[in-house]
Amino acid sequence: MDIHEYQAKEILAGYGVKIAEGGLAYSPEDAVLRAREIGGNVWAVKAQIHSGARGKAGGVKICSTLEEVELAAEAMLGKRMVTHQTGPAGKVCLRLYVEAGTDIAKELYFSFLVDRSHERIVMVGSAQGGMEIEDLAENNPDAIKKIYIDPAVGLLDFQAREMAFALGLDATQISHAVRLISGCYRAVRDLDANMLEINPLVVTKGGELVTLDAKMGFDDNALFRRQKIAELRDKTQEDSREMAAADRGLSYVGLDGDIGCMINGAGLAMATMDMIKLAGGEPANFLDVGGGASPERTEKAFRLVLADEGVKAMLVNIFAGINRCDWIAEGVVHAVRKIDMKIPLIVRLSGTNVEQGRKIIADSGLPIITATTLAEAAEKAVLARNEQVAKEGAA
Amino acid sequence: MSILIDKNTKVICQGFTGKQGTFHARHALDYGTKLIAGVTPGRGGTEHLGLPVFNTVQDAYDATQADASVIYVPPFFAADAILEAVDAGIKLIVCITEGIPVLHMLRVKAAMQESGALLIGPNCPGIITPEQCKIGIMPGNIHQAGSIGIVSRSGTLTYEAVHQTTQQGLGQSTCIGIGGDPIHGMNFIDVISRFQADESTQGIIMVGEIGGSEEEEAAEYIQNHVTKPVVSYITGLTAPAGKRMGHAGAIVTGGKGTAEGKVSALKSAGVEVVNSPSAMGIAMKERLLT
Repeated sequence: MDIHEYQAKEILAGYGVKIAEGGLAYSPEDAVLRAREIGGNVWAVKAQIHSGARGKAGGVKICSTLEEVELAAEAMLGKRMVTHQTGPAGKVCLRLYVEAGTDIAKELYFSFLVDRSHERIVMVGSAQGGMEIEDLAENNPDAIKKIYIDPAVGLLDFQAREMAFALGLDATQISHAVRLISGCYRAVRDLDANMLEINPLVVTKGGELVTLDAKMGFDDNALFRRQKIAELRDKTQEDSREMAAADRGLSYVGLDGDIGCMINGAGLAMATMDMIKLAGGEPANFLDVGGGASPERTEKAFRLVLADEGVKAMLVNIFAGINRCDWIAEGVVHAVRKIDMKIPLIVRLSGTNVEQGRKIIADSGLPIITATTLAEAAEKAVLARNEQVAKEGAA
Repeated sequence: MSILIDKNTKVICQGFTGKQGTFHARHALDYGTKLIAGVTPGRGGTEHLGLPVFNTVQDAYDATQADASVIYVPPFFAADAILEAVDAGIKLIVCITEGIPVLHMLRVKAAMQESGALLIGPNCPGIITPEQCKIGIMPGNIHQAGSIGIVSRSGTLTYEAVHQTTQQGLGQSTCIGIGGDPIHGMNFIDVISRFQADESTQGIIMVGEIGGSEEEEAAEYIQNHVTKPVVSYITGLTAPAGKRMGHAGAIVTGGKGTAEGKVSALKSAGVEVVNSPSAMGIAMKERLLT
């Protein structure tokens, strides 16, 4: 789960990390009020969307008058911003963070991430901040310092000092940097974050270290024991179809195509998407109904897939293991009867009791297209989708 | 022959009296697995499914000298259950549980390092040597004793590979689901090296997916150490970057862990990579005939 910059900063401030003074605004009037409260004569108005690279999308504006703050807020609020991290649909900006301007002498990069290969939390830093770490890794890998942390021991002070020196800080700044680094580590450890990125971390002209932008992501598997973090979820930043699925206990990812899918198992669900693409179609979603696929779950899944009005055909692909195909076939027939489907349905069953399952579908009298292999199912789904599009075009 | 487990493997079950534990323990017993005891704290001294229940893994191990333990405890308690099994001296630990926090797994992996115990999973279907021993949630009836070793990050795609090798008359030596979590126990190389050394395994099917770099590392290992034919299928070609596809570990981040990268690494290592999961069985049969 991702959170907003202002939320991450509030969390980090609680761990002793220095942030610039700032406040949240929901309207241009709010923004001006916040700027007035902060005082000074330079402010940054920042769109709160779940994405980095906001600057290029017009989501960060430096203002030197209150009128500029108001205009910047008006321009950002309600706007859908597209960055390379949001996908083409973009994310709508409904909240702003107004912050005191910082006089930047130097921009650094600093983060904690989970390194899968090393099976450790890794602390990553670079004296060259401001750009994306992936670009830096590509163009100048030697400028990146990585320090791995033993989970049994935790972050040690000498590791924080090593990082501070690698960031190019001078002796007077080291103790402050160590405080900041260990504060960040405690936030990650105590709150089950799986990433924390400060980019840039700036050195001000006065020599102070300030967190200018902050991003935190949390482990979904740990949210049940981090109630306060779970409450930070901003549903406006997430795909509404995915939120509806999560509320029903289904694993769903919305995609841009028009062939709806219902599959048991994450691997098989991904494989089905790949096969649809290979057959010349585009999947509308990833949906794993899990091992159970009971009639109730099947019906919920059907309703979820069909709630997406762009779906022109639906493909069901179930490998029955512990469960039996006849039981799953009954669930599908029950769901189709109850829902009154308007688009073609393709069903591929495999595994235990497959013959009985196919018979139940054939005997149902419903216009269900069946297939034996996944490749065949994908081809038939693309064909049915094309016919449906042609039919709708003619009508 | 097989790897890791056979008809003599003595198994205990942690989370034995729970709903999942009971359901799958019953299936394992029906399959002929030598499941000999269970552990549920507070239920020690009672019987369940006709087997003794112990309070701690240590008690169960002392009484039975079990070789393996299978874990069906809820996510928050699963890491503790794994380390309890390690501490008791169990040599093979199979954790089925999905949803264990990453920070828990980091601690588990660090604590296990010097133990010599092997972990399969978590978030996996388990391990089976057909017609001998089944530890996990896979459907026993689709398996057939035979010559193909199967290793996979996905449950249902393992079943596809199993089903097809059964239909092709090849059967399986041992099948292992290594799990869909980013931090997990045995990896592809750990399993493939054992298949290479196992006399009864004639071919290896490896099912991978987006996220991480274990397929790429396996490709390098196969090129240098594996003489048996390897067929592979990699899923997630159409998965959008930055999105988790069901499995916690199935995610492309910062341009790393893509299906294309994995496919090309495996192809250049001489692995036959099929572009449809329906083709795994046939491709293996053809490789064995030529």
